[in-house]
Amino acid sequence: MTKELENVMEVEEDTQKGKYLTFIIGKEVYGIEIKYVTEIIGIQQITEVPELPDYIKGIINLRGKIIPVMDVRLRFKKEQREYNDRTCIIVVEINDISVGLIVDSVAEVVDISENDIVPPPNSSTGFSNKYINGIGKIGEDVKLLIDCNMLLNDEECENLAMIS
Amino acid sequence: MTDNMKREPMVEMFIFETFQLLDELEQSLINSEKESGFESSINEIFRIMHTIKGSSAMMLFENICGLAHSIEDLFFYLRESKPKNYDSSEITDIVLCGVDFIKNETSKLENGMELDGDSSELIYRIREYLQSLKRLNGEEVAQEDAKEPDSGEQNPSKKYAISLCDETASSKSYKYEAVLKFEEDCEMENIRAFSVVHDLKEVADILYCHPKEVLEGEGDCEIIRKEGFKVVFATDLGLNEVKDRLSHALLLKSLDVYVLSDDFSTESVKDYLKDKDESEKGNASEQDQKEASSNDGADNQKINDSNKKNKNENEEKHGSVPSNANSLGKQSVISVNISKLDKLMDIVGELVIAEAMVTQSPDLAGLQLDNFQKSARHLNKITNELQDIVMSIRMVPLSTTFQKMNRIVRDMGKKLNKSVELEIIGEETEVDKNIIERISDPLIHLIRNSIDHGIEEASERERKGKPPVGKLVLEAKNAGGDVWIIVKDDGRGLDKEKILKKARENNLIHKPESELTDKEIYSFIFMPGFSTSDKVTEYSGRGVGMDIVTKNISMVGGSINVESVPDKGTTFSIKFPLTLAIINGMAVKTGRSSFTIPTISIKKSFRVKDEAIIEDNNGNEMIMVRGEAYPILRLHKFYNLDTDITDLNEGIIVMVENDSKVICLFADQLLGEQQVVVKALPRYIKKVRGIGGCTLLGDGSISLILDIATLINIKEV
Repeated sequence: MTKELENVMEVEEDTQKGKYLTFIIGKEVYGIEIKYVTEIIGIQQITEVPELPDYIKGIINLRGKIIPVMDVRLRFKKEQREYNDRTCIIVVEINDISVGLIVDSVAEVVDISENDIVPPPNSSTGFSNKYINGIGKIGEDVKLLIDCNMLLNDEECENLAMIS
Repeated sequence: MTDNMKREPMVEMFIFETFQLLDELEQSLINSEKESGFESSINEIFRIMHTIKGSSAMMLFENICGLAHSIEDLFFYLRESKPKNYDSSEITDIVLCGVDFIKNETSKLENGMELDGDSSELIYRIREYLQSLKRLNGEEVAQEDAKEPDSGEQNPSKKYAISLCDETASSKSYKYEAVLKFEEDCEMENIRAFSVVHDLKEVADILYCHPKEVLEGEGDCEIIRKEGFKVVFATDLGLNEVKDRLSHALLLKSLDVYVLSDDFSTESVKDYLKDKDESEKGNASEQDQKEASSNDGADNQKINDSNKKNKNENEEKHGSVPSNANSLGKQSVISVNISKLDKLMDIVGELVIAEAMVTQSPDLAGLQLDNFQKSARHLNKITNELQDIVMSIRMVPLSTTFQKMNRIVRDMGKKLNKSVELEIIGEETEVDKNIIERISDPLIHLIRNSIDHGIEEASERERKGKPPVGKLVLEAKNAGGDVWIIVKDDGRGLDKEKILKKARENNLIHKPESELTDKEIYSFIFMPGFSTSDKVTEYSGRGVGMDIVTKNISMVGGSINVESVPDKGTTFSIKFPLTLAIINGMAVKTGRSSFTIPTISIKKSFRVKDEAIIEDNNGNEMIMVRGEAYPILRLHKFYNLDTDITDLNEGIIVMVENDSKVICLFADQLLGEQQVVVKALPRYIKKVRGIGGCTLLGDGSISLILDIATLINIKEV
């Protein structure tokens, strides 16, 4: 039984492996591992919650489930932009926490094999985006691959940085 | 996967059942101790022990099984021999020890730990007690003594391979044929039969069985169901021992054991069985003859007699079940996973919202739709009913929690040498399941405190002119949307001076002592680390208890009050909402945000005129209402919201109260009152001060629920 289950899971993992959902913010194309993505919804009414960091826009009602939404633009310290009909919310689930990510638009699902992923240039060269954990190459295009865990929980790091 | 490993459904069931049975058992034990006799409840106790024994044996928890078996033995003796002189409180003590052991083991199982407890000492104790009981009642001990505990006995030295033609088997001195019939509907007869064979193999050689596929753990259930399971075996054991062994099988309906003649070879066994099959069951005389030829008739007679007895006993065991269940007034109950219920509630909540979205759709505005309105009203009725039912599913009577307290009162009274009587009122009061779970610990603490500190020793009570038996009242009642639980004792009451002294030592007093009301003084006891007890006892005095009580109670949205009169007693009143899931709330609007204020805490709402506003030099606004000044909390300022309405005259003031402290909230406008389903804020959003949760409004938008108690506290500091 368990062995079968493991097999099934392996297969499932395999089908998801190397697949990335790409979305666009400004001019850049970002990729997020497909296994984190639950669904993609259009922008909807967001209820503001006081006393939260500016990049958490508030909470939304996703079929009775209340989930927080994060504006990835603001998270990346970019300028705020008016939401339009291209704006999407990608609902991701990381460590049992559901969060909606507001992005300019969603592009496509692509396969990026491990060989095509290179680590981001290190900070000594001036590149220091801690949310990026790899750069995927597809032909001429470059996708910035996002570290979901960092995206959600790097408060501690921020605080630490401030102290030091 | 997650940390919460899914348990086997079977284990889950075992845990659930055992806990339930143990609770029942505890109750009937304590009841019968009060009546100082087990007459009324003995069947009940017997049944419970038997069930636990059976299920733990099935799950291969030998320690539990052995213990349950020995307790069963004890009660078997009590029931059968009806001894006159025994001390019911002593028996209760012993059995409760056993109950604790099983409970302990079961909770280990629940927490996914190894069952490493050893019950042999307890078993030994129970056995010893049984012996002494028998001796006391002047009975021969020797005979019954042959029956050893299951775990101790086993003859591991003799393990023969199972083979139908094992001729060595004939070396064993006796041959028996046993016909076992299982309870109807017990299912898996073949497996049950197999386990019987397996068990027998340890002490006997199996010569033949029918259907024979059972040996491989297979076989046709139908045949067993119809004809019973037949097994022929050879062993050194005596007839009674064989019977005893076989009667351990689970869900056994009847058991017949016949002694076969020594010269039966395997072949003849087969023939014999075939013959017997053909000659039908009615042809008993021939059978008897055959048996008589090999055995002396007296022995045979005895067997049949004891067979009957055995049967009767079995019937009695099972027969007693329904009658007992009826006498307890049990309803038929199924147990459902709580997460399914939560989901159901979510969906019903959704349905209600969706319904509102349809019936109040802006597209319909201004249209004359008589038929639509009619159907909409009908729909509304149904959804409301559905919602009520779903809510009521989660409601559980407090009785189990209250009944648990009996045990605590009993144990503590015994240890502290105080006689205390517990009166329970209103145990049928129903509250939300979540609350039940959290209320148990605080109640235990309160009751312990009352017995330990409150109620005096008998001699002291007599000096004060009180009845020597202390009285503790545990009461539950509904009042409005709240449930009250009251713990009242008639002890010495709280010592005001002592509390004041301790409060002074701990620097808890922030205003002149002369201004402190009794209520304020008494509420010091809820501070963490506060204990007026000079010595730490097993039960209390460390000053942690009351702190936990308040914490637990406020977790379920409740509050606690204490009243006390010296030498008359102390009363703790706990107040909490009927359900956590649904509250009546008033929606207010500030800027673009909507907030919901629980209606329970609203005193009134009104518009103000300028002259009533006072401002102190720190910019704190206050409002005069009927000669009293109340602080104002502007929601838009507090939460930094944009709004056009900043003039107090234009908005609305909502006066809210918590723990007899009052503040006035300022909002733009009232949206109206409605029942709301409380949802927790997502975990990712860490705690926002003053917000207790959120809820969905009729149009699907989200409203934040204000936590009035925190708001008031923030304003005060």
